[in-house]
Amino acid sequence: MQDYIYTENLCKNYGSVTAINNLNLNVRAGEIFGFLGPNGAGKTTTIRVLTTLTRPTSGYVSVGGYDIHDEIDKVKKVIGVVQQHLSLDRDLTVRENMEFHARIQHLSSSKRKQRITELLEYVELTEYADKMIDTLSGGMKKKASIVCSLLHEPKLLFLDEPTVGLDAQARRRLWDLVRRLNKDGTTIFLTTHYIEEAEVLCDRVGIMHHGQLIVVDEPANLREKVGSIVVETLVDNKDTHYQFFANREVATNYVKNLPSEVKTVIIRESNLEDVFIEQTGEKVGDP
Amino acid sequence: MSALGDIYSVFWVDLRNMRRHWKATIATSLVLPLLYLVAFGYGLGRGVNVGDLDYLSFVIPGIVGLTAFSTSFNGAASKLHVDKFFYKSFDELLMSPVRSHSIIIGKSLIGVVRGFISAIAIYLVGLILAPTLLFSPIFFLMLLLSCFVFSLFGVLIALVVHTHHGMGNFTTLVILPMTFLCGTFFSLDQLPAVAKAVLYFLPLTHSANLLRATVLGLSFPWLSFAGLLIFGVVFFIGCMVSLKRSSV
Ligand SMILES: Nc1ncnc2c1ncn2[C@@H]1O[C@H](COP(=O)(O)OP(=O)(O)OP(=O)(O)O)[C@@H](O)[C@H]1O
Ligand SMILES: [Mg+2]
Repeated sequence: MQDYIYTENLCKNYGSVTAINNLNLNVRAGEIFGFLGPNGAGKTTTIRVLTTLTRPTSGYVSVGGYDIHDEIDKVKKVIGVVQQHLSLDRDLTVRENMEFHARIQHLSSSKRKQRITELLEYVELTEYADKMIDTLSGGMKKKASIVCSLLHEPKLLFLDEPTVGLDAQARRRLWDLVRRLNKDGTTIFLTTHYIEEAEVLCDRVGIMHHGQLIVVDEPANLREKVGSIVVETLVDNKDTHYQFFANREVATNYVKNLPSEVKTVIIRESNLEDVFIEQTGEKVGDP
Repeated sequence: MSALGDIYSVFWVDLRNMRRHWKATIATSLVLPLLYLVAFGYGLGRGVNVGDLDYLSFVIPGIVGLTAFSTSFNGAASKLHVDKFFYKSFDELLMSPVRSHSIIIGKSLIGVVRGFISAIAIYLVGLILAPTLLFSPIFFLMLLLSCFVFSLFGVLIALVVHTHHGMGNFTTLVILPMTFLCGTFFSLDQLPAVAKAVLYFLPLTHSANLLRATVLGLSFPWLSFAGLLIFGVVFFIGCMVSLKRSSV
């Protein structure tokens, strides 16, 4: 399969801060790729490099099959980007913002009308089309951002922490939308620090930490690699210890032989958070 | 798509935004110039002459110039600043296929519109106070050129300055003094040669010269015309460079 995003030894420094450290990444056409990592891991910086906003310090990058240095115009045509922070003109309506995006993406006036109507319906925003962005709820603002990024029918969509600040229901609706877009042929690159999100939504997940990609695989494989069963033990309410096992039988045996001062024991299936802890020695969210 | 189409697209969104509160926007930009006009022109300056001109005729084109200057500068700079740091929508433009030169010119146009409208309003008030002023097409052309150059200046500063405080400081420390010193309220001929030379390195000086000459029917100051054009080019190049830099 074709690599839709390909980086080779990508580095990005801001002065003495290394935001991206030797990143080798490949995202395949048609997949939902999740980029997982705590605050400051370098997720947004990676997206900024991949979307031409920031120039890399060193390394090779191609997006949509085009070199990010030499074919920047072609790259811009195939990508759509939803930034981490709202990036719409908040004193304009949803429709006006869409119109603006359609214009700067060089859509003809008839095509603009058609796409705007189509997309508003696609995300069920039609009745809010003429409302000012500032008056919308967080979930709707996100949807508005997404439709603005879709006007030129990008083949590759970047979503930087798309569900931060949304309630559980809005989050699930957004996941559905992402799946639908993917099914309709859009390759998705999303970042998140919600393990759950990466797990239920993504075909493959890369875990980033301190600017480095520490592991990439399908969520199920990642879990299997660390062990699909976890035993959490807590001694004297101090640190939680994690032990990983291939199956429940081995885990149960381990628990039976635990010393008696261990009071709290939890046996459960592993998740991506465990992969993260196992790989980095830290919990997601720790600085 | 043509560059003109792109420029219009960039301008379009600013125009839409301004439509929502254009009355207040224009009214506030007129307060200070009207006060100057009344206090300096009508109050203080009546009966005073500058060379063989009466002060009122002298000062009106100056005030028109400073209105164009401050309103164009602020109009372009504040909208771009808001786009960059409040809406964060400027990144969208940078990621789009629109080229840098179209972004720069498109972003300056809202300043041109605001500056031009306000300056014309002051000019009309001036006509009432001093009916000797001319109504010449070349004056409007020079006014338009001035607004464009000052708007490019605004775009440049909004691109270079990264903080809200920085913008405020720049306006108070650089823009405001310029509006008083650049041959708007007094003739530079009265100044020592050194001061005069320094002031010729400021764009408003040339604009005020041009506006005064064309509205009073004096001989056309080609040097100031060239000076203003050079400022325009320098500001434009500055914008191109800082846009390039911003992606590093
Ligand atoms: N423009 C910048 N100038 C200087 N340092 C920067 C800049 N942008 C990012 N950094 C630094 O690069 C590192 C990575 O930041 P980045 O925003 O990519 O992290 P992130 O994974 O997106 O985090 P978050 O989950 O908080 O969004 C951080 O240490 C950050 O301070
Ligand atoms: Mg981020």
